[in-house]
Amino acid sequence: MSDISAYDGTGDAGFGDFVQLLKPRVMSLVVFTAMVGLIVAPVHLHPLVAFASILFIALGGGASGALNMWYDADIDRQMRRTRGRPIPAGRVTGGEALGFGLGLSLVSCLMLGLAANWFAAAFLAFTIFFYAVVYTIWLKRRTPQNIVIGGAAGAFPPMIGWACATGGISVESLLMFALIFMWTPPHFWALALFMKDDYSRAGVPMLTVTHGRAVTRNHILAYTLMLAPFALALGLTSVGGPVYLTVAVLLNLGFIWGGARLVRRSETEAEADRYRAERAFFRYSLAYLFLHFAALLAEAGLHSAGYAAW
Amino acid sequence: MVGAIRPDHELHRRRWSRNLGLGLSLLAFVVLVFGLTIVKVSRQDAHGNPPAATQPAGATP
Repeated sequence: MSDISAYDGTGDAGFGDFVQLLKPRVMSLVVFTAMVGLIVAPVHLHPLVAFASILFIALGGGASGALNMWYDADIDRQMRRTRGRPIPAGRVTGGEALGFGLGLSLVSCLMLGLAANWFAAAFLAFTIFFYAVVYTIWLKRRTPQNIVIGGAAGAFPPMIGWACATGGISVESLLMFALIFMWTPPHFWALALFMKDDYSRAGVPMLTVTHGRAVTRNHILAYTLMLAPFALALGLTSVGGPVYLTVAVLLNLGFIWGGARLVRRSETEAEADRYRAERAFFRYSLAYLFLHFAALLAEAGLHSAGYAAW
Repeated sequence: MVGAIRPDHELHRRRWSRNLGLGLSLLAFVVLVFGLTIVKVSRQDAHGNPPAATQPAGATP
């Protein structure tokens, strides 16, 4: 061991390394969708309570990210994409990440209970458990359906946001869940198509590795088709409206078209243009989710201005 | 060798950034809890219960 790595892992990580443990990019999605869930709910919270609720949901999501990095440090070390994370890079020890994740989980759930309500807090605790234990520890390394099940963890935040305001669950919050839940598999499988050697080297049973790339392409198209009804149904509930429906119709047509384009491509074609269509589909999927939730926000704005369509 | 005992190693910078970040996070937490307390206390009803808006009828706890 060189003397440089002897310094590392001695508890002298910078503040930024602990921020990295929270997976800030995933957190931005959690913040945005939880915020939309909270804002479109029919009950209005005091702005400071709303702010605190979103903050603690985000911290809870971050805590589950830290627990995920603690458990997955061994496979993160083998993948190019994740090699620079704080634990594999030696800047934070596994024990530090575990303690940080557990402590932050406890604080975020307790504070969400005090700020909003205990149903939302229990929901957040369940989400952390689902991501850290059910997905990361039990399923990620065992089944090629890992992405499908793991997607549920990412789909809970808007439901928690809604629960902060209303104290319960409704058809609107369930459809927001379904939108993210059905969107996650095509999003990550597109990523797996152009990050291919990474997952196989780490031994994670991604669908591309276990069932082949042609099957993965078919799965992507199937999910874009199954996703569309949920996305459109959300527009017919109390949080939807003509603006949302217009956006949803256009985005879903584009998503299905993109999925169909991936199915028609062979691996040789994809390798020839360095997975251009796959990368484009991945970027489109990010815009797809963002714009759906942005349209919900727009509808909430119209509703509070008195332009409720239904 | 006066320079040798000055704590300007890269490690000290990381330690400083961590301490500063933790300090600011704790400060922000205190301010937030104080603000939440003001909001909760000033909005409760005559019996000291939270306003009905946060716990609507039909809520499933």
